[in-house]
Amino acid sequence: MSTVIFRTLAPLIVVIMLVFSLYICLRGHNEPGGGFIGGLIAAAAMAVFGMASGVGAVRRALRLDPLAIAGSGLFLAGASGLASLFIAAPFMTSIWLPIELGETVVPVSTPLFFDLGVYLVVFGTLAAIALSLESDREEEP
Amino acid sequence: MGGSLDASIALVAIGPFLAAALAPLVNRLAGPLAGWVLALVPAGIFALLLSLAEPVIAGGSVRAGIGWVPSHGLTLSFLVDGLSLVFALTISGIGALIVLYSGSYLAGHPHRGRFLAFLLAFMGAMLGLVLADNTLALFLFWELTSITSFLLIGFDHARQAARRGAIQALVVTNIGGMALLAGAIVLQQAGGSWELSALRELGSLAGHALYAPILICVLAAAFTKSAQFPLHFWLPNAMEAPTPVSAFLHSATMVQAGVYLLARMTPLLGGTAAWTTLLMLFGGATLIWGALGALRQTDLKQILAQTTIASLGLLVLLLGLGSAAAISAMVVYFIAHALYKAGLFMVAGAIDHGAGTRDITALGGLAEKMPVSFIAAALACLSMFGLPLTVGYLAKEEMYLGLLAGDWSAVLTLAVLVAGNALLAGVALLVMIRPFLGEPGTTPKPPHEAPIPMLAGPVLLGGAGILCGLLPDWLGREVMAPAASGILASPVESHLALAFDLASPLLWLSGLTWGLGILVYRQADAIRTLLRRFEHTLGWTADTVFDAAMFGLVRFSGAVTRLLHHGRLELYLVVVFMVFALALFGPLLAWGGLDWIVPTAELGDWSKRLVPPPFRPYEWGVLALAAIGLVLVVVARTRLLAIVCMGVQGAALALIFLLFGAPDLAFTQLMVEVLSVVVLTFVMTRLRLDDRDPRPFEDWARDGTLAVVCGVGVSLLLMLVLTGPYDPRLSDFFAATSVPVAHGHNIVNVILVDYRGFDTLGEIAVVMTAGIAILTLLRRRKAPPTPRPARPRRAGKASA
Repeated sequence: MSTVIFRTLAPLIVVIMLVFSLYICLRGHNEPGGGFIGGLIAAAAMAVFGMASGVGAVRRALRLDPLAIAGSGLFLAGASGLASLFIAAPFMTSIWLPIELGETVVPVSTPLFFDLGVYLVVFGTLAAIALSLESDREEEP
Repeated sequence: MGGSLDASIALVAIGPFLAAALAPLVNRLAGPLAGWVLALVPAGIFALLLSLAEPVIAGGSVRAGIGWVPSHGLTLSFLVDGLSLVFALTISGIGALIVLYSGSYLAGHPHRGRFLAFLLAFMGAMLGLVLADNTLALFLFWELTSITSFLLIGFDHARQAARRGAIQALVVTNIGGMALLAGAIVLQQAGGSWELSALRELGSLAGHALYAPILICVLAAAFTKSAQFPLHFWLPNAMEAPTPVSAFLHSATMVQAGVYLLARMTPLLGGTAAWTTLLMLFGGATLIWGALGALRQTDLKQILAQTTIASLGLLVLLLGLGSAAAISAMVVYFIAHALYKAGLFMVAGAIDHGAGTRDITALGGLAEKMPVSFIAAALACLSMFGLPLTVGYLAKEEMYLGLLAGDWSAVLTLAVLVAGNALLAGVALLVMIRPFLGEPGTTPKPPHEAPIPMLAGPVLLGGAGILCGLLPDWLGREVMAPAASGILASPVESHLALAFDLASPLLWLSGLTWGLGILVYRQADAIRTLLRRFEHTLGWTADTVFDAAMFGLVRFSGAVTRLLHHGRLELYLVVVFMVFALALFGPLLAWGGLDWIVPTAELGDWSKRLVPPPFRPYEWGVLALAAIGLVLVVVARTRLLAIVCMGVQGAALALIFLLFGAPDLAFTQLMVEVLSVVVLTFVMTRLRLDDRDPRPFEDWARDGTLAVVCGVGVSLLLMLVLTGPYDPRLSDFFAATSVPVAHGHNIVNVILVDYRGFDTLGEIAVVMTAGIAILTLLRRRKAPPTPRPARPRRAGKASA
């Protein structure tokens, strides 16, 4: 699989996939997409990267352990639900705070952070599994 | 009753737990004085409780409580009346002496701080138990006593016998605990309240439809906790605990919890034929069995343990009698027993400490070497023997009194009581005379007197026993009458007096008891031989039955585990899919679902109804792609090809979703398919599977049949779903509220992150957990071969 063409193109593909995954995740509230799909795309990107450049390179590029990423995602999702407790509303009541940046209005909300949490969990978990499966294959002659 | 009272009573129940948390620290800081420092806690509680005595003696009761889980009717409410005050004072008073004693008994022990913590926690649980007004709180403290006593009995956990004793006690008393919980719930259903004080207002439940279940549950709880025959076997085994534990648990606390429960329930459940019969029957049997058991033993602690069983039987028997005199006798006997038994256990510990053995056949002539211990033991034994001027005498008089003017059943009970008391009196002489006055024996250590903290308890308790015996008026008025009134929920008069009337049959009955007791003492060795021979011929005891039951349980669960968890992946999958098929077809057939899909009457012209759906050509094309992918999966020769074909089939499915208006689903499906192919390929190379998948014909047929059955089942289910009318309520709701309420146009995503966000949170937690599990499995395989003997299932991996 590690042909020259693939190895050359892979980083480009990976970058595009990652950006696309974030785009899909963020637009999910109004268009097809969401954290789950975004996370799947990002994990697939990691798998591609791993096939092309090796697991070590992927791990170095990620800096964090994939499982730690998943854990922080779960934490983020849970914490976004807890935010509503500060306005004396039940757990996971969504809060919307539109922030004006010049002409556009960015609707920051707790569901957004929740969805980002989902993204990170799916991405982290699947990347961890894929990398772990790949790494073993690599170690063997 | 103000807030301060609430707080102070709550402190009584919670204080010991706080002290327990601090105990290891205190032990480290105070060193040899730790026992003295920590004994201040129970002593303070004792003083605090004494201050409550005045209103209780005046005939009232004190209630206090703090809300706990108000929505479930759970309040931490406490009731201080005559009954609970007597128990609580005994617990805290003896508790203080025991803590003091333990500090010295375990001097230099590496885990003394832990031990003191367990002890204080246990005392807190016990105090909570007797003071609790709420039945659920009662259950909670009841279970806490089981758990803390488990820790105490198994304190010396390096020894197998201690572990066994602890587990046995835990299992038996926890069965009772479950019964108590059930009883509390049924009681709430019957009486409409969780509060004991409110339930007692209702009066007797006799004749209520739920009387029998409540009675069974309460008796099961009380009999297991208070070691009634035939559930008594755990108590002697609990003697594996360090001596202070035995002194505390088996005099005034743990085992008395059952007696307390029965006393508490007397106004609700007592007085019926079933109550009287069961309590007297079990109590009487336990009394005689325990007393005979005591004569069988030679170990001082075991002897005392068996007499505890007998005394518990006696208390239950008196509760069963239920008359005012019997209840009064029960209260006095409870106090007498607590005083002499705790003292005797502590002396037994002192002897063990000083002489290195507790075997009465080896001990003798200790009176010279351990004079203070001897005096303390003598005081306790005289009370146990029931000589006048001791509290034991008063108890005995009182219990005979209630039975004098009765019919044949009263005479029979009297005979049982006299026999039981005589046996106990014989044991009392044995315990006093053999080790202290008998022929000096050879002991592992030269006997020497115990230190002061270990003597304070026995001497004080022995003295208290005599003091109570000398002040019968005071005892009757201030202690017995309030407690008996508390048990019966009606005023009881005291008539205890220090008078000897030679014409009274009571004195003659006492004389008979003493005479028989001396006879038992003289023939103790012969009786022991006889009893041991009897036990030997019997061949089994309740203890062995318990062991058999436990081993049976372990073997049964082992067999079930081996049956279900055999470690063969393909069989797991077969089972999973078989259950799946059953779940699909069972309801379908049971509720006539097939008739919905294919109305039998119209089967005749089905060919005319089979109209091809109006699909566009490219839609047909996608369908064909899915079908081709599916067929190729089945006929593929190599695994890799099958995996890829499955991906093709899945991608076609994603396209179908897309064409029919579910872009989100299509998107996710596509990504899942892509990752599935990648991961499956990795797994295949990872597990070094063969390129091909050879399987015998039987397996092939089995797997194929299952696959077809499951597929048909799912198809039928989907068709059935489609025959029902479409209910658009949910869709309409989401469509209408998605934008104004949740600020999102993509309903699917809004449902995931907002409407049903809580579900999603759970799902991603599961995703992550599953990921961790998979990684663990992968890393296990990756671990280098260890020099330890390889397990069988790893054998095939030796080449790695």
